[in-house]
Amino acid sequence: MSTDLNTDLLNNDLLNTDLPDDDLVNPVEPFLRTDRMPHIWCPGCGIGTTVNCFARALIESKIDLQSLALVSGIGCTGRVAGYVALDSFHTTHGRAIPFATGLKLANPKLNVVVYSGDGDLSAIGGNHLIHAARRNIDLKVICVNNLIYAMTGGQTAPTTPDHATTSTNPYGTFEPSFNLPHLVEAAGAVYVARWTTFHVRQLARAIGEAFQKKGFSFIEVISPCPTLYQRRNKLGDSLDTMKYYKAKSKVKNGAPTSEVGLTISGEIIVGKFVDRERPDYQSMMRAQYVDSLGDRFVEPMEAEVCS
Amino acid sequence: MFHHFYQAHFLIKRGGLVTKGRVSIVAERCKSCGFCIEFCPSHVLAFSSAFNAKGYHVPHVVHPEKCSGCDLCGMYCPDFAIYGKKNADGGKK
Repeated sequence: MSTDLNTDLLNNDLLNTDLPDDDLVNPVEPFLRTDRMPHIWCPGCGIGTTVNCFARALIESKIDLQSLALVSGIGCTGRVAGYVALDSFHTTHGRAIPFATGLKLANPKLNVVVYSGDGDLSAIGGNHLIHAARRNIDLKVICVNNLIYAMTGGQTAPTTPDHATTSTNPYGTFEPSFNLPHLVEAAGAVYVARWTTFHVRQLARAIGEAFQKKGFSFIEVISPCPTLYQRRNKLGDSLDTMKYYKAKSKVKNGAPTSEVGLTISGEIIVGKFVDRERPDYQSMMRAQYVDSLGDRFVEPMEAEVCS
Repeated sequence: MFHHFYQAHFLIKRGGLVTKGRVSIVAERCKSCGFCIEFCPSHVLAFSSAFNAKGYHVPHVVHPEKCSGCDLCGMYCPDFAIYGKKNADGGKK
């Protein structure tokens, strides 16, 4: 039965199909701007995998796409906003969360997703990240963490683990790095999970769960950057990295986030770390105004949803 | 853009096999990362010796009869170049 694509390409009857049209379309295709494909991400980059999981989570959770907005910042992951066929916005560096906050406050019915990288969210956008978590604004934040500033040439990021070699630390990083789940839990997020690009089904389920939560949800996805991080640290290619994720990741749901820090080649603790209830920003605002204004409080007008 | 859909389905038709699922590959999008080949639970795929237009080796189906249509290849593929589908009759005939 086995054939080679070489011979198949010459064999034209393979191209004649009697399959129904919808069978010839990838299930994620309706979520993509196919005119922009192929994308710019390097061979083996994990960002495309996370987009797959996101699209499948949207299919499974049956969310109304008219009520969905996707905001991303700058960087490799920031390109997601340009590749998805959703209402999306590519903001300036680090300002994905402030933009998304504005969207959510102006139209509370929107499901707002922030899709960005570790450098954008935790470095230049670090203050926005912790304050959005503190206020518990109803945002779904998907942080693709490739442990480096990838688009600008592999500089040390706040998430780069100890002793890793980067273009700005050619003799090894010595700064302690951020443990993002710990940071956002301490700041007040209601849902915190971490998966790797190896855990595709779990990641899709986590994104679906985040859509069910009201409040600041944060999902960190550890992703390979074969061009800059893995190559410079002699960690092989992205397939080797995926095998490393498979071998060295341990699922520990509910693990204390203070113990889930990343090292360069050690264990990766993955799972759902935090799932709790806290009043979100808009319900706290309403409660406060009802309390202090009494009868004078007027419900805000609902934004018109354009379709 | 011309998509070359390479489907195990056709091989199955020729071989008279009925399977649970089938896998489709858009050869022009593939960047040869090898995720689908490595993580396919039933080892349906292998690298082809052929190149696509960008010069990458594209996976091809070596065991179409084993495909369960689980779409794990589709979830792993960073380039949206492959996907699995379950056959409507579920492999029963």
